This record gives sequence, C-alpha cells and structure tokens, in this order.
Amino acid sequence: MYQTTYHRASSVDEAAALFAKGSEAKFLAGGQTLLPVMKQRLASPSDVIDLGKIKELIGIEVSGDTLTVKAATPHYDVATSDAVKKAIPALAYLASLIGDPAVRYRGTIGGSIANNDPAADYPAALLALGATVKTNKRSIAAEDFFKGLFTTALEDGEIITSVSFPVPQKAGYAKMPHPASRFALTAVFVAQTKTGEIRVAATGASQSGVMRVSAIEAALKANWSPSAIDGVSISASNLLSDIHGTAEYRANLIKVMAQRAVAAAS
Amino acid sequence: MGVEGIGASVVRKEDKRFITGKGRYVDDIKLQGMTHAHFIRSPHAHAKVKGIDSAEALKMPGVVAVLTGQQIVDDKVGNLICGWAITSKDGSPMKMGAWPAMAPETVRFVGQAVAVVIAETKNLARDAAEAVVVDYEELPAVADVHAAIKAGAPQLHPEAPGNQVYDWVIGDEGATDAAFSKAANVVKLDVTNNRLAPNAMEPRAAIADYDSAEEHFTLYTTSQNPHVARLVLSAFYNIAPEHKLRVIAPDVGGGFGSKIFIYPEEMVALWASKKVGRPVKWTGDRTEAFLTDAHGRDHVTHAEMAFDANNNITGLKVKTYANFGAYMSLFSSSVPTYLYATLLSGQYNIPAIHAEVIGVYTNTTPVDAYRGAGRPEASYLIERLMETAARQLKIDPAALRRQNFITQFPHQTPVIMAYDTGDFNASLDAAMQAIDYAGFPARKAKANAGGKLRGIGVSCYIEACGIAPSKAVGSLGAGVGLWESAEVRVNPVGTIEILTGSHSHGQGHETTFCQLVAERLGVPISQVSIVHGDTDKVQFGMGTYGSRSAAVGLTAILKAMEKMEAKAKKIAAHALEASEADIVIENGEFKVTGTDKAIALPMVALAAYTAHNLPDGMEPGLKESAFYDPTNFTFPAGAYICEVEVDPGTGKTSFVNFVAADDFGRLINPMIVEGQVHGGLAQGIGQALLEHAIYDANGQPVTASFMDYSMPRADDLPSFKLSHTTTLCPGNPLGIKGCGEAGAIGASAAVINAITDAIGKNNLEMPATPDRVWRTIHAA
Repeated sequence: MYQTTYHRASSVDEAAALFAKGSEAKFLAGGQTLLPVMKQRLASPSDVIDLGKIKELIGIEVSGDTLTVKAATPHYDVATSDAVKKAIPALAYLASLIGDPAVRYRGTIGGSIANNDPAADYPAALLALGATVKTNKRSIAAEDFFKGLFTTALEDGEIITSVSFPVPQKAGYAKMPHPASRFALTAVFVAQTKTGEIRVAATGASQSGVMRVSAIEAALKANWSPSAIDGVSISASNLLSDIHGTAEYRANLIKVMAQRAVAAAS
Repeated sequence: MGVEGIGASVVRKEDKRFITGKGRYVDDIKLQGMTHAHFIRSPHAHAKVKGIDSAEALKMPGVVAVLTGQQIVDDKVGNLICGWAITSKDGSPMKMGAWPAMAPETVRFVGQAVAVVIAETKNLARDAAEAVVVDYEELPAVADVHAAIKAGAPQLHPEAPGNQVYDWVIGDEGATDAAFSKAANVVKLDVTNNRLAPNAMEPRAAIADYDSAEEHFTLYTTSQNPHVARLVLSAFYNIAPEHKLRVIAPDVGGGFGSKIFIYPEEMVALWASKKVGRPVKWTGDRTEAFLTDAHGRDHVTHAEMAFDANNNITGLKVKTYANFGAYMSLFSSSVPTYLYATLLSGQYNIPAIHAEVIGVYTNTTPVDAYRGAGRPEASYLIERLMETAARQLKIDPAALRRQNFITQFPHQTPVIMAYDTGDFNASLDAAMQAIDYAGFPARKAKANAGGKLRGIGVSCYIEACGIAPSKAVGSLGAGVGLWESAEVRVNPVGTIEILTGSHSHGQGHETTFCQLVAERLGVPISQVSIVHGDTDKVQFGMGTYGSRSAAVGLTAILKAMEKMEAKAKKIAAHALEASEADIVIENGEFKVTGTDKAIALPMVALAAYTAHNLPDGMEPGLKESAFYDPTNFTFPAGAYICEVEVDPGTGKTSFVNFVAADDFGRLINPMIVEGQVHGGLAQGIGQALLEHAIYDANGQPVTASFMDYSMPRADDLPSFKLSHTTTLCPGNPLGIKGCGEAGAIGASAAVINAITDAIGKNNLEMPATPDRVWRTIHAA
C-alpha cells in the first residue's frame, strides 16, 4: 500500500468537502474492493474518506410501498433485516449470498453499486426492481445508473446516500457463484412489480455488466412460470467467457437461474 | 494402551499455542538491526535481461542495497540443484539447465527473481523496487507440454534440446507387448493430471543473520526439513560450511511438500545478510506463493490396459509427459518416475507393466512434490482405467477390482515395489458397506426421477510411504539417505525431551511422539517435550514428507528409547539389588516383577546424573540417540467411495456421501489420523472439482490469486465417513504405515468416477467444474 491520508467523515457534507480538498481522493464505503486494490498498489489515492461511520447513511426503512436501504448499510444487515425479509425477501436472500461472512459484515450496498463490478449481486436487484439511487445531489433511476463495466452515472465526488426499492408483487433471485471469488458466475433477479410489469436482470454474464433480459421478460409476461422460459433462446455473443465459464455456459445459466428465480419468487 | 498411550485420541498439546495466537512463525521473529528484502520478479515468461538500472532506487529513503543476479553469480553462490539423478532409456543422464538464485541473463517463468532490494522496512523496499528499471528483451514462451516438445518450439535451456529433461522407462516392454498381443480386450484412456498450487496457509519466509566475528550464519526459514536445507546450502550453494550455518524452522504453517525444497529466496537472504552486514528478512505474499512455490502434478498421460477373456488384467502400458516448469526443483525428477511409475500396479495383480515418462521444460513455475507426489497421479490413472474398463467390459466396477486384487503377500510388482502386507478386500468391503453400495441403484433411480443425475465412484488406492530405505533409493539415483534420527534425554528430575529430525508443520508430532513415551514409560505426556526444527539442537534429520514421520521418525525415537530403557533398567536393578532381567517399567516406575519393590523414573534419572552409585563401569547420564533406516517402503492402502448428484441445469456436483476405509497399520492418535484424512480428502476433492493452476499460451499465469484459483472451502465438501481396516506393517516394530497423504492420493479418482457415472460419459478432465461438466453432458 502507498501512503495515504485516512479521514473518518461524520456527515455527508463533511465527506464531500474532504473529497473536494483531496488531490486524488477516494471514498471508502466497505472497502471490499478498494482496500485489496490499494494493497496491491494498483490504486494510490491521496486521501481515503471513510463513509462507513456516517450515521445518516446507515439503516433500513419501509414507508408505504418503498423499501429504503441507506448507502453504508452492510450486506449482513440487509440479509438479516426483518423489514427487508417482509417487504422483499429476495433482496435479503441476495444479500445473504454476497461473498463470505467477512465481506458481508464490511461490504455496503452503496459501495457495491458505486463500484459496479460486472459480477456483483446488488446491481441485478436494483435493475430488476426498478430501484432509485439517491445521492447528495440527485435521484437516479437504476436504469440510468449502471453504465457498463465498473462505470456508473455518478459524478466525481458524488455520494450515494440511499437506494429505494419499490416493493414488488413478487421477486426472486438465483445465483451460480463463482467458485473462487463467490461473486456471481451468473445470477438472475426476476420481479413482477405491483403495476404488473415483469423485469428480469442478469449479472455476471454480460461483457457490459448488469443487463435486462428482454426475451425472458417477454416469456414471463405471457406466462409467469419456470417452464415459460424453456423455449427462450439466449445468445452467447457479448457474454463473458473465462476459465470458470464459457459464454455458452453463461447463456445457459441465464435461463436456468431465471427459472430457479421464478420458482423461488414470493 | 494408557489414557495417553498409543491408540488414544489425545488432544493436541500444540493447539493451545496455535489457537491462542501464540505460535511463533518466521514472520513473528524480529532481530536487532533487521533489514527487509523485496524481490524484483520477471513479468515475462521468457526474456533476456539486458540491463538493470538501480541508480534511482539507491537514492530512495531507507534503501540499503540493490543486489542483482549477476552479483550472486560473481560471488560464486551455487546454482540450485536437483537431488535425484534420473537416467534416460538411452543411458544418458538427465539434461538440466542452470538455475541461479537470481537470473543474471535469462528469465524463464513469470515470478523469477532478477534482483532484490534490501531496505529498512518492507514498504521502503517495495517502493524502491518500483524505481529499479529492468530492461527485458522478450522471447517466445511455451507453457504446455505438447507445445514444448514440438519442433520449432521456443527452447528454454541449451543443455536440454527439444526441452526434454529425460525419456525414462520402467518395466518389461517385451513382456508387456506380448500380453497386449494376446489380450481379449484392451482399454485405452487419456488423462490430464491438472497442475496445482500448494497454498500452505503460511507463505514462505526467511530471516538470515550473519555474524561476521564468528563467520556464522543463522537462517530462520519455513522448512519441512531444516537439516536437509543446511546440507544443501553448505554442500552445493557455498553459503557456509555446516558448522557455520544454523537452520531453524520454528512453527511452520503447513507445507504439503512445497516447503521441502530450498528456494532462491533463502539463498539470497543468506548471501545478502553477509553483503550488507545486517539480518535480512523476506516474507512472501500470496501472489509470490502462487508464482514461486513449487507447483504439483501436471501430467499428460496415455494408458492402455490389457485383459484376458475372463477380465483378468494381463498388462499395462503407460506414456506420460511430465511438465517440470522452467527449472528442475530439488526432488522434481523423482516425482514422475520413482514416486509415480513404481505405483502403477495399484492394488492389482498385473503381470506385465511398461511405462515411459518424458520430462519436459516449459516457461512455468517449477513443479515438484505436492501432497502425494507422483502417487496421486498413479492412483488416479489406475483407478480411472479400472472404472473405464468396468464400463467397457460391462462388469460392476467393484467386482472387477476385487477379481484383480492382490491377495497374497509379500507381492513383487513388475515395477520395483514389493508390497509387504495388506487386505484390499477388507477395505473395499468396509467402504461398500458404509455407503450401502447395494442400495445405490434404487437411490439413483429415485434421484433421476427428481431430475438429478446420481453417480457412484470407487477408488482403491495404494501408496508407497515411510520414505525410504536409503540403500534402495540410493540405487535409484537419490542424492541422500532417507533414514531418521532421534535422541532421548531423560533430565535429572525425570522429565523427558525427545529430539527428532522429523519436523511438524501441522502433523501433531508434539502430541503423537509423546504418546509413544507415555506408552512405554507410563508417564503423562505433560512430562515429555518434543524438540525439533533446529540444527543446533537436533543431531540430524531428514525431515517430514512422504508420510514418513511416524513410520521412520517415530521408529528412530523407539530405538533411542530402547537404548535409554536398557540403561535405566541396569541402574534400577542396581539400586533395587535385583536382577536386570526382572525389571519391568510400569506407570513411571521400574519394578521388580512379582514384588512390591520399585524405584520411580525421577530417582533413576537422578541416580544417573549424580553418579554416586552406578553399576561399575557405567557412564553417568541418561541420554541415548539412534538412527533408523527402514528396510522397505510402507504401503498404506484403502478404498474410497463417493456418491454424487449432478445438477444437469448447471453441471454442479454435490456430494451425497463420501466414505473412506483406510489401512494405515497401527494408529498412534486416531483423532489426528482423522484430521489428516480429512485434510487429504479436501485436497483430493479440490483437485477433482476446483483447483487448477492455469497459464495462457504465452506463459502468463491466469490463476495467481484466490479470486481466480479455487481452493476448496468447507461448503464445497461433504461430511466424511471414515473407518479403518488394519493390517500391521511388518517392516517396522510399531506396525505403522503412515496416513499423511492418503486422502489426496485416493480421493480424486473416486470423485471423477462418480461424476462420469452420473452423467453417463466417461471422458471428463479435472477439475470437473460446473461449466466443464455441463458442456460434457451436452456435448454431441
């Protein structure tokens, strides 16, 4: 690790001000990506601004048909929250599958989506549930937030404050974990919104990061059942291919995980 | 047995210190004035080193020195050696290229060191390393054995034309050809034994401390065999003569073979310590472990097995290409030859065997012994062949094995080994019963009805352990003897120190070795301590590997104990005014048999050291030593059966059950044996399902971190059901065969046999990742 200056911010405003002062500052949310990269000397931020202790960024709230998870809430809290389990059980289940226990105690929803790893779990939930990302400057629809591999709509110094999920009619998540990293080799989140819209998102599969799967959405709109997906054809082109999964295998997993997510949906 | 004697599952004495974080590893040691080393390693798989510019680095804060490969060559530090000479079939010695501790001219694998920065702290050394400019001229590289032996392939070493180290044969080719010409059926199989990274929990580390006044070095290092390290460093690397070099291997966090070898980093630390006049410490990180710890396996094999019309095996032909990586590591040459091909008879009566092994250089990390070392490759091959044969001959795989089992002992195989004892039917019976083999078809039908593919796989392994009879291995080319030594010191107050040349890096010697003393003297193990891992304390030792510590190391302790007891009995007889022949040892006392006359061990010890009243002519003291050289290998064997379910949608394999029935001879501590089997099975299953050290075509490692290299975790593994069917080893007085490697040797074939049974397709390479299994299921 190169030398850096660590700051523990006590408010979002203070964090933003510290960021503006640093020459090459980075926000630290849970540190599950940033710290390993710094240890390998692949990142050398001048300042590291820890958002993890900002009280206004931690917590889970349900209001009417909206579940709000504040940005610095760790995955463990989401996985074990009664409110989440009641409103969107698939989201609690998703959080319970992220990484390993150490990652779940440290990693946060804000950190995960700001990093937008193409195999991260949360982006699939945000996209399928039609969530809204709130920052210290604005609100961004999930659709507009994820911009490809490790790229988001966030501007320099912009801080995610919370993610709001519309409570769906039904939702389900199924994940084939990467055997080494435990990211998603491919995972699919399916949701039927209260307005009857069907939204399906896959992570870990595409070369462009998290994606909607329109062919499966169409099939499920006609018939919300695993067997409806049997006849869907998923193209392997533009899918990731590596030592743990060929593109053809990931195309298959999109179907199989979607079927299992539908079967599990509640 | 007493409560702490042989056969008791005594809780491990060493665990208090490990569990409470009080273990003392090399990295925990800090010496006055200590500097820190950071190696500059090649990012290229094959390149010329055109120049190294360290001018900027030397100006940086805290930098003590930047030392290069040319300097280590100029200072006449020896090249790394390979300690087992193999002769090719044409009579020529194996062909080896030079391996300097840091490369002066040419780098041949990613991670090979070209220079080292010595600085006041680890971080300053790393900062300065980034300022060292190495000018490389990239050369074409080759990582795959088949590519490496093709005409026109990039050449690694001028000494080894065609990248071939040796072309070695064993067995009777004429008799084997004759068997095949008469065969009713021939079964053929191609298998790849995947390359593995050992990944001991503790990375390698070294601290070298040179004392200029005494011209004496102390080396703290992560070694499985500190005396062998001292021997090699003295005799071949010109570091220092033996009496001027002390090697200490303190607590070591796992080895699995990878810490047998003397690596460049230890040599450089020693040399650099003298050069800079201060202690030098190096602790590897996980990336360095992936890049530089000797890898394991990496064989490509074609094999054929001949059967007569009654399904009896009549012959076996094997041709194996072994990937050695870029250099010949310390024992690498023996692994695919004498530790592999000599076990190709498996548990079976095979009248004729012929094997050819071609050793090949590639631009990859050197390959050497890894848990099992050659024997897993042999066992995997034979057990995949037997399963393939059963499928081809349409006979139950257990029945085919049983029909061909060796049942008469001793049994001379056609490939050197003479099996001393065993009962292969007993272990197969035990495993089949434990898994309810007879009930499998019904379970399979039920699972299949539920959409899952269920399979069962058998693996009957045998290994040669208790390594090794020195004369025998010497005749086969080994550069060392493989005996063990021990010393028993009874202190004046009756406490006992056992000094052993074995080295514990997870095996539990501090408990099991005490159990022998408790068994013989009837003293509690709290009165006994085990001293190991220090060449200044222990007289000599060959270390721990090859499942040898109990069969060889503990037998050496027994021999020393017998000498000590004989002297103690004389002292007791003298004190008790009894005949020496009437003295028996019970509960820590020397008793006159049939009387109530007794003298406690501390009194005997005190008498030995006060020497006020010893028998005439007896030397004072109560301390004896012994060397023990085994007369044969030992032959642990067993049967593993696993039942799996494959998800046809994802190709993922789940375990329904995994049973192991092992014959390890006598068990000292069944709990520790169980732990050894669990660990070995985890590594065997890891090889079968998860682990693979992969290089791209240019020799770049693709799996150099835990984000890409899949280590088995608890949730990847089933709960194992273990049992033992025991035949005592006739080759050593305790009847011990050894248990350290069995799981890793026998497990992988059971897993692949089960998966291929489940999916109904026989050809499936390791690791059987979900992707690979799914593609195999759906292949045309």
